Amino acid sequence: MQRVIFAAIAGGLFGAGLLVSGMTDTNKVQGWLDVFGAWDPTLAFVLGGAILPMLVAWQIASRRAAPALGGTFPGRPDPRLGHNLVLGSVLFGAGWGLVGLCPGPAIASISWGGTGGVVFLVAMLAGMVAAPPIRAQVDRLAAA
Amino acid sequence: MSFIQPDWIWGLVGGLMIGSAAAVFLLFNGRIMGASGIIGGLVDRSGWGTWAERVAFLAALVVVPALMLPLYNVEVSTNITPNLAVVIAAGLLVGIGTRLANGCTSGHGVCGISRFSLRGIVATVFYLLAGGIAMVLFRHVLGVI
Repeated sequence: MQRVIFAAIAGGLFGAGLLVSGMTDTNKVQGWLDVFGAWDPTLAFVLGGAILPMLVAWQIASRRAAPALGGTFPGRPDPRLGHNLVLGSVLFGAGWGLVGLCPGPAIASISWGGTGGVVFLVAMLAGMVAAPPIRAQVDRLAAA
Repeated sequence: MSFIQPDWIWGLVGGLMIGSAAAVFLLFNGRIMGASGIIGGLVDRSGWGTWAERVAFLAALVVVPALMLPLYNVEVSTNITPNLAVVIAAGLLVGIGTRLANGCTSGHGVCGISRFSLRGIVATVFYLLAGGIAMVLFRHVLGVI
């Protein structure tokens, strides 16, 4: 039960931060990506501000044996980069630029995002359903 | 809450809140706060073993900002494009891309960079570049967004 409560605290704080920072406003995100338009630096402050507490958190985690609620800290991922990391990030970035929504803000803004917000979320979930077979196909092509 | 200008101050404040949320999830639950991974694990069943945590996280992610909307004295809008064909294409790209890459702005960006993870840094460089190129191509060259 504690795990569920702290997951909700994290999710709620994440959502509040996304709203406060302006990241649920697609104009601000596209304004950051559009370096040849009316450039908006807000996103750099959001990402920088978010990294600061996590720099501390990773240091604390490295000095502790286990998370406060038990279990284990996430291990370091496979350091190999791989084609899926690059291809996936390029596809994600293209979609992010097109509309200005990434997964967190898309979920956080669903209550006020209107039809467009719902359509985006449904399409994103459909893409997530389609991803495992696409990954298998990409891996086959890469191995060939 | 638009009485403090300019917007970058709110960006910094909101960013610190986002990072603190990720710190809570790491130090208490021992998990990476990556939005695409948390919801993606429910979608493709790979994360059903931890469904309760995931559902609680996502429910609060939706409910808390919704409850905060009345604090704003201006109408809050996502300003999403009315072009639904573009919205569908973008949603599919974001869904497929984040699952192939195993992360998005929160997982690779916030949690990965702060850990000096090469994967997180490389992913962030590529999605920022792709996003910038998408803006040039679809806004300035083709004029569709």
